[in-house]
Amino acid sequence: MSNEVKTYRKPLRIDPEFKNLVLKMPGGETLKLCFQCGTCTSSCPIAQIIDTYRPNQLIRLAQFGLKDKVLSSKTIWLCAACSTCVDRCPQGVEMADVLRVLQNLAVKEGYVPRVFKDFGSAILKTGFVYNIPKTRTMKREVAGLPPLSKTKIEDIKKLAEKTGFIDIIEGKESDDR
Amino acid sequence: MTDDKYAFFIGCLIPYRELAYEISARRIAKELGIKLITMPDANCCGLPIDPVDHEMSIALAARNLCIAEDMGLNIITLCNGCFATLTKTNKKMKKDRELRQRVNKYLADIGLEFKGSIEVKHFIEVLTEDVGIEKLSEVVTKPFNDLKVAEHYGCHFLRPHKYLETENPESPVMLTKLIELTGATVVDYLDESECCGGTVLGIDPNIPLSLARDKLKNIKEAGAEAMITICPMCHMVYDLNQPRIKKIFSETYGLPVLHYPQLLGLAMGIAPEELALDELRVKADKILSRLVEEIKVKH
Repeated sequence: MSNEVKTYRKPLRIDPEFKNLVLKMPGGETLKLCFQCGTCTSSCPIAQIIDTYRPNQLIRLAQFGLKDKVLSSKTIWLCAACSTCVDRCPQGVEMADVLRVLQNLAVKEGYVPRVFKDFGSAILKTGFVYNIPKTRTMKREVAGLPPLSKTKIEDIKKLAEKTGFIDIIEGKESDDR
Repeated sequence: MTDDKYAFFIGCLIPYRELAYEISARRIAKELGIKLITMPDANCCGLPIDPVDHEMSIALAARNLCIAEDMGLNIITLCNGCFATLTKTNKKMKKDRELRQRVNKYLADIGLEFKGSIEVKHFIEVLTEDVGIEKLSEVVTKPFNDLKVAEHYGCHFLRPHKYLETENPESPVMLTKLIELTGATVVDYLDESECCGGTVLGIDPNIPLSLARDKLKNIKEAGAEAMITICPMCHMVYDLNQPRIKKIFSETYGLPVLHYPQLLGLAMGIAPEELALDELRVKADKILSRLVEEIKVKH
């Protein structure tokens, strides 16, 4: 701390509509129920080892409308979706779903961690998140396992277009690719 | 035994990294009369991309459900992640008409419609509910003797309970009973329900490594000689990562992590090669040698 260069604090921008946006999205409905008891954070396996990850704080920031701070936060991506918090929340906050809504909104603002781009491109190519290498398919044969089924990629692409997923993965400009 | 056919949803991780799980599950399924029918044209369950686009995630899950509906079969899956995603989507879409209409609109474009006519089951649910503990006990011909193991259910078999409705997530018993019928003893250890952290592997690989190290340490301290998992992701984190844990933390745990079908298969007298035990990163020789002695004693 003492080594840090002091800078002027940027004013925090509050978006009073942000919480309503979250509440309207499927899975975001329980945001308003949180009363900050901290059960989620004390139950969270990630919070145990990463002290900047505090799910209850993310909820509070979202309730207050600190949109930019929440959506640009690196810690929203640390949720392992184990749902221990969901099962233990005394208020019925579906924390994993609320966090996922925040992640989805962050994506709309352009924050997409690399790993998801990789997963997404693989899904658009093969239907699965991994390209199964030839060595593995040969190993299957040797082990006497039936061949893997092939996915109709046109179907996956159609779903990706309908849901907007294709824009996230390929970028809006590359639509005419 | 059972004469049930299931639509077998393999998912991504098993064919990619955890073939041993599929090999051993298929081997015991054959023995027990569980028929695993390959799902033609299936796709990713949807879980990995839920953080970027929930709509696409449920569309992918629903597409898989529709394929199984067309086959007229319940889904069976080996992976907790696939199980949770498909179960949650299936149950939610059966109850929530608005959601069903929304997703069916996506599916209409590819000529599918979600009807809600099937169930999704985890492999250990099929063993417990459809085959039955009694029948399983009968096929265990070479039980383990004096073998202490630690169990790990994995979050996505249990949570969120509201949607999965499998067992009390704070004190589950299904896997415990399945392990006990092989003759092995299940030991308690600290933080048993702790997550493997596998889902954030791509964001920060150090998280699952630290979590795995804690878990292995707790298990070793409890005196267990092996760990039993029912999810390919958990297995990958605990088994494949042990050499990396050794490098980073300078601690050697040498704890074999078995897929449950491997443990059951051994107790059924199936040869280790047929259960792909050689695929494990941390070899299970200690357990095997004990089993051999056990067989010798018996004969």
